[in-house]
Amino acid sequence: MEKYIKFTKTYEYIITDGNAGIVGISREACDKLGDIYLIELPELGKEVKKNDEVGVIESVKSAFDIFTPVSGKIIEINRLLGEKPELVSEDPMGKGWIFKIDMIDKTELNDLMDYEEFKKFINEAG
Amino acid sequence: MSYFVHSDENRKEMLKTIGIGSIEELFDCIPENICNPEIELDKPLDEKSLKEELCVIGGKNKMIKNFFSFIGGGAYNHYIPGAVKSILGISQFYTSYTPYQAEISQGTLQYMFEFQSLICRITGMDISNASMYDGASSLAEAILMAGKINGNKKVLLSAAVNPQYREVCRTYCSGQNIDIKEVGYKNGKTDINLIRDEMDEMAGSVIIIIQNPNFFGCFEDVYELHDILKKYPECFFIAVINPMSIGLIKRPSDYGADIVVGEGQVFGNALSFGGPYLGFFATKKDYLRQIPGRIVGQTVDTDGNKTFVLTFQNREQHIRKYKATSNICTNHSLNALAATVYLSIIGENGLRHISNICLQRAHYFAEKIKPLDKFQLKFNSGFFNEFVLSSRLNIRDVIDRFYKNKILPGIYLGDNYPELRDCILVSITEMNSIESINKYTEVLKSF
Amino acid sequence: MKTIFQKSKKGSNNFKIEETGINEFDLSELIPSELLREYEIGIPELSENEVVRHFTNLSVKNYGVDNGIYPLGSCTMKYNPKINEEISNFNCFADIHPFQREEDIQGCLHVIFGLGEMLKKIVGLDAVTLQPSAGAHGELCGLLTVKKYFDEKKEKRNIAIIPDSAHGTNFASASMAGFEVIEIKSDRDTGTIDVGLLENIINKEFDKIAIIMITNPNTLGIFEKDILKISEIIHKNKSLLYYDGANLNAIIGKVRPGDMGFDIVHLNLHKTFSTPHGGGGPGSGPIIVKKELKEFLPVPVVEKNANRYFLNYNLKNSIGRMKSFYGNFSVILKAYCYLLSIGNNLKIIAEDAVLNSNYLKYKLKDFFDIPYKKNSMHEFVISAKNYKQTGATALNIAKRLIDYGIHPPTVYFPSVVDEAIMIEPTETENIDRLDYLVDVLKKILNEAKNNPDILKTAPVEKDIKRVNELKALKEPILKQ
Repeated sequence: MEKYIKFTKTYEYIITDGNAGIVGISREACDKLGDIYLIELPELGKEVKKNDEVGVIESVKSAFDIFTPVSGKIIEINRLLGEKPELVSEDPMGKGWIFKIDMIDKTELNDLMDYEEFKKFINEAG
Repeated sequence: MSYFVHSDENRKEMLKTIGIGSIEELFDCIPENICNPEIELDKPLDEKSLKEELCVIGGKNKMIKNFFSFIGGGAYNHYIPGAVKSILGISQFYTSYTPYQAEISQGTLQYMFEFQSLICRITGMDISNASMYDGASSLAEAILMAGKINGNKKVLLSAAVNPQYREVCRTYCSGQNIDIKEVGYKNGKTDINLIRDEMDEMAGSVIIIIQNPNFFGCFEDVYELHDILKKYPECFFIAVINPMSIGLIKRPSDYGADIVVGEGQVFGNALSFGGPYLGFFATKKDYLRQIPGRIVGQTVDTDGNKTFVLTFQNREQHIRKYKATSNICTNHSLNALAATVYLSIIGENGLRHISNICLQRAHYFAEKIKPLDKFQLKFNSGFFNEFVLSSRLNIRDVIDRFYKNKILPGIYLGDNYPELRDCILVSITEMNSIESINKYTEVLKSF
Repeated sequence: MKTIFQKSKKGSNNFKIEETGINEFDLSELIPSELLREYEIGIPELSENEVVRHFTNLSVKNYGVDNGIYPLGSCTMKYNPKINEEISNFNCFADIHPFQREEDIQGCLHVIFGLGEMLKKIVGLDAVTLQPSAGAHGELCGLLTVKKYFDEKKEKRNIAIIPDSAHGTNFASASMAGFEVIEIKSDRDTGTIDVGLLENIINKEFDKIAIIMITNPNTLGIFEKDILKISEIIHKNKSLLYYDGANLNAIIGKVRPGDMGFDIVHLNLHKTFSTPHGGGGPGSGPIIVKKELKEFLPVPVVEKNANRYFLNYNLKNSIGRMKSFYGNFSVILKAYCYLLSIGNNLKIIAEDAVLNSNYLKYKLKDFFDIPYKKNSMHEFVISAKNYKQTGATALNIAKRLIDYGIHPPTVYFPSVVDEAIMIEPTETENIDRLDYLVDVLKKILNEAKNNPDILKTAPVEKDIKRVNELKALKEPILKQ
C-alpha cells in the first residue's frame, strides 16, 4: 500500500489511482490538531496549482490549512465531512479522505515523500 | 515603595542555591558595553509622598463638576452609580488575567457572556464580541472585516460620522488598499441622494457607514437608506451608534445593519480624560468566523454543569497568526464589566428614563434658543441629546464669555468642519440640570 | 450560577434618578416615527443588592494576582499596587473630559508627558506616543509608522521578518499593516535567531525588507546575544529593527533597547509597568521611536513648552490616529505612579525577576526537560514531553495546579517546544511562594506515576471540572 502513497511537508497525503489522487491529512496531522469540529472543503471543480491552499480544518486549539500536493482539477469532495468532521481523525486515510483530484502532471509526485521519508522529516522537524 | 520582596539575605541564599556568585552573572549575556546604562530617574517616592505629589499634579486639572459642562462629541458625562465603582474595585476582577483557564475564570467568563448578551439585545444583532478598545477602532476593524468577507475595497463613509472615527478608519485602511470616499451631509443628516447615486455607480459592492444619531446629534434617514441598500445584496452596512439612544430609538438590526459598532463609555465608564473606554462590536451569525476579538460561549463541564469558555479562538492571533481575523489580544474587559453592572443597576426602565431625560432637556434647551436673535440651531433635523449651535457673532468670543461664567459651552466645530466655523456642538445629559440650561441661555441673551 | 437574565424579575428594579424636570414633549414630536422604539430590549431587572450579590459571587470564582502566584510566561503578572488604583480614582483625574481646554487639563498632560519622558529614558530612544491601547495596538501603530517612513522615502519595502517563536500578535499586526511575512526559524540548539539564516533571507530579498520584529529576551526567555550583530546586518540593509517589549521585565534598567540598535519599541504597561490585567484588559501599548520616525507618529503627541504642556497635532507625516483621544489615561496614570515609586531602583526589577526565574529553573531542572537553558532570563520553558505517556501532559499539569491553588503557567506556547510550560514568576514573588510552586510540581509528577487519572480529570477540587470546548464549538451559545 505504501508505495502508492506520498506525503507532503505540510502533512497531507495523496493516494494515487491512475490519474486521480485521493487527498487527506495524515494521522500525524490529526494528532497535532486534536478534536476537529469543522472542515472548510475545497471548491468542487476548481483548478488548482500544487501547494495552493484549498481548505481549512479547525479544531479546538488549532487551525490547519490544507494545501494540494499536486496541480489539477478537484473532481470530488467528501461531503460527509460537513456533518461528521470527526471522520478525519477517526480514519484519516480511509473514510476521512477530503478531496479527489485529477492530476495534470504526475511527475509532481516525485517531489513528495514516501512514508519512511515522511517519518524522518517529522522527527527532524520535531 | 518599591514593591520588592527580597532582602539581601534572601538574594544571597538564592544565589547560593543556584551556585553562582552574583546577580550580575545572570546578565553576562548582555554585551558589556551597553550593560547597566545610566538612566536618570529620581529617588523612589514612598506611598505617602506619591499620593501628595499626585494630588498636586491633579490640582492642575479643573474637574467637570466645577463647571456647567455641555461637552460631548463622543465622550459623555453620565451618572455612574456607586455600585459600579464598588464592583470594579473587587480585586478578583481587576487583578485576574484573560480567562484562558476556564476552571478558575468563571467570574470573568460569565460577566463577559452577559456583556455579549446585553450588546446583542441593544443592537439587535446575533453575536457580539467581548469588547474592543473604543468606538473608533471598532469601526475600523468592522471595515477590515467587511472587506475580507466580500472582497470589498470601497467604503462610503458619511462626513457626519465622528471626525476622530473617520481618521482612525483612514489610518487602519492605509495598510489594506481600501478606498474611502466621504459622503456629504445636508441639514445635519447624511445626504441620502448622494449615497443613492454612488451605489448606482459602484453597483453595490461597497461598505456603507452611517452613525445614528450622528456626530451632530441628528437622527439619520436610516429607513430610507435601508430601502436603497435592499437593491444591493453584496453591500455591507455598518452602523455606528450611541447605545444610550437605544433607550428610545430602534435598534440597527431593524434597519438592516450588517455590523453594529459604537462607544460603550456611556454605560458606567468615567470620562477619565479619554480612556480607557469601551468599543463594542456586533454582527449577524453568518459572520461568526470572521468577527474579531475574544468571544465567550456557554458549554458544559465533564459533570454536565453549565460553564463558560473562550471559544472560536482559532480566529484569533495566537492560533491563526497572520490569517487571524484581527491582531487584537488585550481588550477592554474591565470596562465591559462596568457597562454590564451599570445596565443591571439601571434596568430596562432606567435606560429608557435616562435616555428620555437627555432627549427632553436637549429639546427644552433648543426651544429656549429659538427666539434668540444672535444664535440659532444650525440644523432643523430631529436630534437626540446633541445639537449644533451657530452664531453670527465671533464664536471664539462667545466661548470665552462662557468660560468666564464657568460654563463649558460645547465643542468648537470649525477645526473639523470648516463650513461650521461659526458653530459649536452642544451636548446634554442627565448631569445637566435645568438650572444649568437656564444659566446658559441667560449668557446667550447677554450678547 | 444563574445569569443575570435568569435572575431578572419584572418590577424588581429599584434604581431611582430624578425626573426630567420640565413639561415633557411628546416623543412623536421629537423622534421620527419609524425610529420610535416600542418593544422591550430585555435589560435585566433586579434590585441593587441582588445585582451586587450577583457580581460579588461571580468574583469569588476568579483567581487574581491578589490570590496567589501567577507564573504566566510572557504576561508578567506582578503585584498591582493599590495606591495607584486609589489615585486613578481621584476625581481630579477621573472627572476630566478629553475635550476640555488645554489650560484646564495641565495635570493630565503632565502625567502623559512625564510617563513618556521616563519611558524614553528607559528605552533609550527619542520620541513617544501613548495613544495605543494595548501591545498589539502598539505593534500595528509601529508597523504603520514604518510603512509610512518607507513610503516617504519612495522605497518599496513590504516584507517583515518575524521569528517563528514570536507572539501571534506580531504576525497578525504585520498582516494588518499590509506587510508580507517571512518567518525565520529559531536555531534548534539555542532557541535564538539563526544569524546565518537571517543573512540568507536578507541576501535574497534585501531591498524588499522593511523590518525585523524581535522580542528580547525572546518568547523562550532567552536573550538574543547576537543582537548587536543582527542590528548591524539589518541596518546595513537599510531596514529597521522593531522591539516587542513584552519581555522588558527581564532587562529593564540593565540595558536599553535603543542601545541594542532598536529603532522602534512598543511596551506593555499592563505587563512590565504593573497596571492590572483586568480580566483581559484594558492595557496600554506606547511606542517609542528614534527621532527619524517621530514625524510619522499618530497625533496628537503631548509636548512641553516652557512650563506649559500642550497637544501637538502638527506631525508632518503622521499616520493619523489609532483611536479616539490620547490613550488609556487611567492606565497611563497608574504606570506613571509605579515608575515614581520605583525611581532609580529600576534595575532591581529585572535583577529580582531574573533571579527568581533562574532559582525556579534550577530547582526544576532535574524533573523536567528544559530545552533552552543558556542565557535564560526572567522566564523559562519546560517541556512535559517525557511525561506524556503517564498523562502528565502540559495541559493536565496545568489543570492539576489549579487544585493546589496556583494559576497555571502558559502552556503550548511557544510552539517550538513540545508540551511547553512557560513559567515567569516576576520579581514580586518571595522564596516561600517559589518553593511552594516547585513542591507542587513535584507532587504532580508523583501523582502522574501513581494516580494518573487524577491528572487527566483535573481540576477535581473546583466546582467546575474540565470544560467541553468541542461542544462550545459544535453547538455555539454566545449570548442569552
